[in-house]
Amino acid sequence: MSLVFAGVCSHAPGITGRADRAPKDLRDDFYAGYERMRLALEASRPDALIVIAAEHFANFFMNNMPSFAIGMSDGYEGPIEDVDWLGIPKRQVKGDAALSQRLIKEVMQTVDLAYCEEWKFDHGIMVPLHFLDPDTKLTIIPANINCQGPPLAPLHRAWAFGEAIRRAADSVPERIAVVGTGGISHWPATPDSGRINEEWDRDFLDRWARNDRAAMLAYTDAETYADAGQGGFEIRTFLAVAAAARGKGHVEFYAPIPIYAVGCTAATMDIA
Amino acid sequence: MTLYALSKLMFDLNRDDAVKGQFAQDREAIVARYALTEEERGAVLKPDIGLLYVLGVNGQLLMHYAGLLGIEWSDYLQRMRDGVKMHGPVRAGIYALTSSPDEKVAG
Repeated sequence: MSLVFAGVCSHAPGITGRADRAPKDLRDDFYAGYERMRLALEASRPDALIVIAAEHFANFFMNNMPSFAIGMSDGYEGPIEDVDWLGIPKRQVKGDAALSQRLIKEVMQTVDLAYCEEWKFDHGIMVPLHFLDPDTKLTIIPANINCQGPPLAPLHRAWAFGEAIRRAADSVPERIAVVGTGGISHWPATPDSGRINEEWDRDFLDRWARNDRAAMLAYTDAETYADAGQGGFEIRTFLAVAAAARGKGHVEFYAPIPIYAVGCTAATMDIA
Repeated sequence: MTLYALSKLMFDLNRDDAVKGQFAQDREAIVARYALTEEERGAVLKPDIGLLYVLGVNGQLLMHYAGLLGIEWSDYLQRMRDGVKMHGPVRAGIYALTSSPDEKVAG
C-alpha cells in the first residue's frame, strides 16, 4: 500500500548489555522513548518492518563488501553476540522472501544492491527489535548500509537508497514501516567509548527533524570522523529514513548516556 | 595486507560457531590458517588485546573477540589504554584513540 511508519533509534549494545550501569531515571526515560516509538509503530499496523541497519561484520566483510543490501529470506536469527554479553535472548525472526523480492526489484531501478538469503542479526538490529518488537510478532526485512569498512558510499547515495525504499514501499500492497538504527556521535568499542558530542548530535537531529536534505548531505566523512567518531558514519541510516519519509521528524528522546557509549535517540518522522 | 588476515580471523571467530569451538580446543591450529606476522600471531595467542587494538583491528571485531575470551567491559577498555601506553599509537584503521590513555571516559 505505502509507507506507514518511519523512525530512527540507537542500537548500541550497552543499552541492553550494560543496562543497569546507567543512572536508573535516565535509563527509564530512554526506554520510555523506545516505548512511545513502539506504540506509534504498532498503531501504524505494518505488514512488514524494514530495519535499515549499519551492521558490524555479522554478515558482511571486506572480502566482498556491499554498500547496500536487503535481506530476502522467510526467516532470520539473532543475536549473533553472546546472549549474556548483549542481554538479549536468541530468537527466530519472521521474514517474507516474496515481499523482499518485490521490494528489491523496485529498489534496483535506481540503486545497485546486494540481496541476501541469509542474514544473522547483530546488536544493530536486535537492540531495536528488543524494544520495538518485544514479542517477536513483526515480519522483518533487514537492510544494510556499510558504515564500518571504508570506502563508504557517499551520503547522497544513502539518501538515494532511502528514496528507493520509499518508492518500493509505495509499489507494494502491504503496509510497510521503516526504522533506521545507528549513531549518532559515538566512539564505540574503543577506550573513547562514552565520548559523545552532544552539541553535534543536537545540531544533526535539528537538520534531520527539519528534513533538510542539503544540510544533512553537507557533512564530509572527515568532518564526521573528527566531530562524531567512527560511529558517526552511521548517520547514513538516519539520512535514508529521512529520504524515505519526506516529512518532519519528532525526537521522542535524546540524551547522552556515556556507559551506553552513545547519544541515545528515539525519534519518529511524519510520512509526507 | 596482514591486518586484513588478522581481521578475517576475528570475523570468522565471531560468526562461525564451528571455528569458535575449534579455537577453544586448539588455538594455535586455527591461527595457523591465517597469514599473520609473528607480532599479530603472538597478540592473538597471548591474548594481547592492547596490541591487537594498536595493530588496527576494527573495534567492532575486537570488542567481540574480547567478549569471547570472557574479558569484562571495563577491563577490555583498560587493556586498550594499556596497549597504547606500551606499544604506541594505533597504527591503522578508523578506531584510533582520541583521548589520553590515562583518561577514563566511561566504564
